[in-house]
Amino acid sequence: MPVITFIEFDGTQHQVDSESGLSVMEMAMKHDIPGIDADCGGSAVCGTCHCFVETSSELAAVEPQEESMLGLRPDREANSRLSCQLQVSEQGGDMTIRLPEYQM
Amino acid sequence: MNQAVTRKDGLPDPLSTPLDQLDVADPRRFEFDTWQPLFERLRSESPIHYQAEGPGGPAPHGDFWSVTRFEDIVEVEKNWEAFSSEPSIAILDPEPDMSVQMFIATDPPLHDDQRRAVQGAVAPRNLQEFEAVIRQRTQETLDGLPVGETFNWVDRVSIDLTTKMLATLFDFPQEQRHLLTHWSDAATSDARITAGRGLSIDERRAIMIEMLQTFTELWHQHKANDRESFDLIRMLQRDPKTENMVDEPLSYLGNLMLLIVGGNDTTRNSMSGGVLHLHDNPSEMAKLKANPSLIPSMVSEIIRYQTPLPHMRRTATRDVEINGTVIPKGGRVVLWYVSGNRDADAIPNANEFIIDRPNVRNHLSFGMGIHRCMGNRLAEMQLRIVWEEILERFEGIEVVGPAVRTCNSFVRGYHELPVRLHPRI
Repeated sequence: MPVITFIEFDGTQHQVDSESGLSVMEMAMKHDIPGIDADCGGSAVCGTCHCFVETSSELAAVEPQEESMLGLRPDREANSRLSCQLQVSEQGGDMTIRLPEYQM
Repeated sequence: MNQAVTRKDGLPDPLSTPLDQLDVADPRRFEFDTWQPLFERLRSESPIHYQAEGPGGPAPHGDFWSVTRFEDIVEVEKNWEAFSSEPSIAILDPEPDMSVQMFIATDPPLHDDQRRAVQGAVAPRNLQEFEAVIRQRTQETLDGLPVGETFNWVDRVSIDLTTKMLATLFDFPQEQRHLLTHWSDAATSDARITAGRGLSIDERRAIMIEMLQTFTELWHQHKANDRESFDLIRMLQRDPKTENMVDEPLSYLGNLMLLIVGGNDTTRNSMSGGVLHLHDNPSEMAKLKANPSLIPSMVSEIIRYQTPLPHMRRTATRDVEINGTVIPKGGRVVLWYVSGNRDADAIPNANEFIIDRPNVRNHLSFGMGIHRCMGNRLAEMQLRIVWEEILERFEGIEVVGPAVRTCNSFVRGYHELPVRLHPRI
């Protein structure tokens, strides 16, 4: 399975082996990676699992619900995603996920 | 015939009375804390429930739909195109001549523009700046409390601290901060949702005009005294999309009401509610004292359990189905957060107050979707600091008399909470 590298805002790195069927958010929660809150548990309705995708093979498109939540982030960038909407698959390559300064 | 039973809220029995003879939004169920059986019944019997009128004819708030299950509420929140936040996010329609405009009651793109202009004030980066001042004020307030005698926690702590914070957020003169409480209370005291005990439309209008005048002066003062400050007014002035908001009084007034109520009633009543819930659950208090690192988790649980804003309302922009029921275009849809937060299908043992429950942050008190509470991190920080400082000083806070609750279906809170402090030994 691909490896996911989480980089906290202060630069601290965490590498985890991904598991099929889990979202990037769920991987972060499972491994207690600081910087992802995921208040709503994965429904794309709270925006507190915001991340920046640095490297990856092709990602699933941003759905309208995710887009409406990303649109509220003051720190949005072109590679902003909600990590609960990123599924890890065996075919996908390794991923680097940079975490924002804060969630809100 | 049923034997007439006198209930403390004076309302018909919520379990045996036909549902079409009950007013789901009657504020007296919140005043007497008797709301739970009706909502439990609705979740199981009629989760998308239409109410044509109140038991005695048309209700002051008109007909509406009640959504009471956690999952259904989230579905409605997601679908902001079919469930608009215009013209109002409360069960009541706007009053004639007072159609104020606030971003919580607008849809994108206007909503996003106005929200983005001010949310930096309550973004976590700014909160770090606030933390020291909040802690110092909290310490002063707690150190000034009488130990061993009965006093009202609501006045002495909850109102005092939330109003000081609000004055800071607006860079509003601290010595006049009582006005903020006055305006906030007036904004939510519509007689139509307070069983007639609130203010008339004329009274509210006069108070809101007074608030607008004061804040219009404040706008110009801040403008003349521009400085590096992250207060809400200067943030509006700095953003090209809102820099002239003062010239649109109904928009300025509406957004002020939103920010004042949003930053006031909610945190205030969670600050009081936490004291009551811990008093009622001594084993949770023991857990907390044994492990103060549970404070952040407990803060989320207090906010869930209190649900200081019991509902928000949406309006169907087209015929739209939710959980098998079609709500017609124009239908007023009330999302009962207070009920979703007690939905055992989503939250195990939902009626219990458990400070270390799993997934404690997954509650509805902040709403979900694009209108999710902008100040949620600030609210959590204020509550966290209060509890950190309480544990430093007191063995316990004993509630020594009955809580006097607000008679309001939009704000679930307290007027009085008589307490006595026990100092740490």
